[in-house]
Amino acid sequence: MTAELVRGQNHPLSQDRLEIRISAGVPVLAGATLGDEHGTVHGAEWVAHPGAPTLPGIEVSGQAAADHRLAVDLAALPEAVHRLTVLLALPTQPGGALRFGAVAAPRTSVTGLDGAEIVRFTLTDLDAESAVVALELYRRQGAWKVRAVGQGYAGGLAALLTDQGLPRAEALAADVQEAVSRSLARAIPVPQPQDTAGSSAPQPTQSYDTQDPQGARTPSGPIDYTHPDRRAHTAPPPPSASPAPEGRPPQPVAGDAVGWSMEERLYNQVWGMFEDLARTTAAYRSAVDFAGSRLEKELDQVLADPRSRLGTAGDAARETAHARYSQLVDQAQAAFDRDLAQLTAESEVVEPALPPAYARWDNPVWHGYRVPDEPPLAVRLGDLHLPESVPLRIPLLVRLPLERGLWIDSGPVAGPDDTFLDSDEARRLALDAAVALAVRLLAVHPAGEFAVQVVDPAGAGAQALLPLTRAGAVAPPASGAAGVADMLERLTRRVDLTQMAVRGGAAESLPPDVDTAQQLLIVNDFPHGFDDRAVTRLRYLADEGPAVGVHLLMVADRADAEAYGPLLDPLWRSLMRLTPVPDDHLADPWVGHAWTYEPSLVPPGSGILQQVLTEVTTARTKHR
Amino acid sequence: MTVNLTKGQAISLEKKDGATLTAVRMGLGWQAAKRRGLFGSRTREIDLDASAVLFAEKQPVDVVFFRHLVSDDGSVRHTGDNLVGGAGQGGDDEAILVDLQRVPVHIDQIVFTVNSFTGQTFQEVENAFCRLVDETNGQELARYTLAGGGEYTAQIMAKVHRAGSGWTMTALGEPARGRTFQDLMPTIQSYL
Repeated sequence: MTAELVRGQNHPLSQDRLEIRISAGVPVLAGATLGDEHGTVHGAEWVAHPGAPTLPGIEVSGQAAADHRLAVDLAALPEAVHRLTVLLALPTQPGGALRFGAVAAPRTSVTGLDGAEIVRFTLTDLDAESAVVALELYRRQGAWKVRAVGQGYAGGLAALLTDQGLPRAEALAADVQEAVSRSLARAIPVPQPQDTAGSSAPQPTQSYDTQDPQGARTPSGPIDYTHPDRRAHTAPPPPSASPAPEGRPPQPVAGDAVGWSMEERLYNQVWGMFEDLARTTAAYRSAVDFAGSRLEKELDQVLADPRSRLGTAGDAARETAHARYSQLVDQAQAAFDRDLAQLTAESEVVEPALPPAYARWDNPVWHGYRVPDEPPLAVRLGDLHLPESVPLRIPLLVRLPLERGLWIDSGPVAGPDDTFLDSDEARRLALDAAVALAVRLLAVHPAGEFAVQVVDPAGAGAQALLPLTRAGAVAPPASGAAGVADMLERLTRRVDLTQMAVRGGAAESLPPDVDTAQQLLIVNDFPHGFDDRAVTRLRYLADEGPAVGVHLLMVADRADAEAYGPLLDPLWRSLMRLTPVPDDHLADPWVGHAWTYEPSLVPPGSGILQQVLTEVTTARTKHR
Repeated sequence: MTVNLTKGQAISLEKKDGATLTAVRMGLGWQAAKRRGLFGSRTREIDLDASAVLFAEKQPVDVVFFRHLVSDDGSVRHTGDNLVGGAGQGGDDEAILVDLQRVPVHIDQIVFTVNSFTGQTFQEVENAFCRLVDETNGQELARYTLAGGGEYTAQIMAKVHRAGSGWTMTALGEPARGRTFQDLMPTIQSYL
């Protein structure tokens, strides 16, 4: 199977004789540099380019072309060569494109001699660059690997070659361009795509998923069965991921985890970061605890020793104990800081790459929001951090469909500066958090596959719920005891019927008035407006609903329902408790640290919620 | 090259080129009990368990065994409990992986033990061995043959401990009796 690489990713190569295929929409020149184990290119004779197309083990084509096939024989490369860098550059010909941003994203692939693709890499997100390092083949412990690089140079070929450590890079770049223009004069002109003529106007980078001027299908490569107009559901690769120098931790790359899709890989990566942070903090805390208890023991010994009560021996012993303590703590701190720096760097590339379902509200991905075609794998409920790890925030991602209901606690919690929020303020914040979460869930599901129902018996949350109801994305809240009873009745019926249909294997025979979309029921002000019957219904929904797509989002203060006594304890326990303000009540599954949870809120003054809701409502109208 | 260690022999985990070991694996393998015709399921299975105890200045801090597969700090990982054994042809049936670079700074010794959970002595187990492998290149550093080892149900196999900036392994090879690592704690204490 062909591996589709993202920037920075590598892949082992098992064959020595390879072909590197390059397909760009316009004529480009392709070259290769040979580097030693430090990556240094020692001179012009280590560069294969159109003016000198053949070196031992590598042959490039002698002219600029839209399609290239470079022949590589890794076994024939000189022993000193540890790195083979494949580069592309735009020829400086009149009327040619000046920047990669103005042409289709070049595609590269590495194939065996039989034409079977080993890896594939598309150089997306290029802009003002006119030369780019596409791939890198490198020798690591005797075995060859290929790495997707995609590092562009706005300064062109000269800047690229200078970066490779070449002396006289400028002169060589000029030679290369000259060789290209000579061969172009001989060659039959290639038809120019419209958008290349001296275009300095900003043009969006064309991804080959949406448009491909050459309609490029590599003739002998495997047939691509993907629909040409279908948008890829992968997040864009991170802006840069240059290969790490030897002996240092590799540069983190977004999507550096296992999974079938970019979304799944990001999900696994985020959970991997979560676990790593939990464990590295556990190591730090346990070392500091140990140092503390050892210090205490040693000080006790000094006290217990009668000899140390006189003279300076006691002071010296105390000093030694303190020194031993701070030495161990410093060591632990150093190890922790090293891990934290690595995780922070990873977080910096992962956050921007997250799809809307995983992204914070201030992520630019929300500004380009489109209603998706498929439901997401998971959704971000908020951020987690530990006191030691501020300011690193780990996204709290939970799988969809939700397995348990959610409960946003509007009860008294400590505010930001240890003052307790008053009850009204807490309720409003809790409802804001609930609205942001409901909008997120609505937005990340395809049109018509997710619906939100609201129960607000006294109308107390009308103001906070306005964003939801105003856009028409949600029916007006059910109010009054009758409204509550009616809403619960309808949802209970839906749960019952769906259960019956699922058990009977007759999903098609549901009555037409049953909405098959997943339902999220927001309950505000519980237990206000609930009679015993309604409470029982609600408990039934909490237990049976998640399996058939009816989910609960309670905004409640547990103290309000105290009159029910222990009857409701199982309900509260079955819900996942979230707080409207940062609060340390969530435990991780590995070591059980208390993590501080922060809800994912819309930045103040941002209109993103409304913008997203408009998009959702429009899509829903079309869907019907 | 495999060193068949003798009791008390110490080997440094520094490599020949001066680089220290970064990851080691303790592997344990044994042959499953033979089936005995009819009602073969009534054959008494043999369950050996590998454990690793992490010490900070002679105090046990953490332990990795079949009920706690990953140390809290994530540096020591058990690949999972094998209850019956394998083919007895040299493959590891249980393994404990140690990422020496990530071991918390206060942990200075890690002791590896083997127990017979089902109670058979090593005399009754066929083709049982435990070994220490350099995880980066798969090279075997040390190997013990347990089979035919006498009337014992446990062995304190080896310890890796900090020495200078790197780690050193000392073969202990001390036979003992016990069902889990807890039974061995008094014996282990004398080797710290």
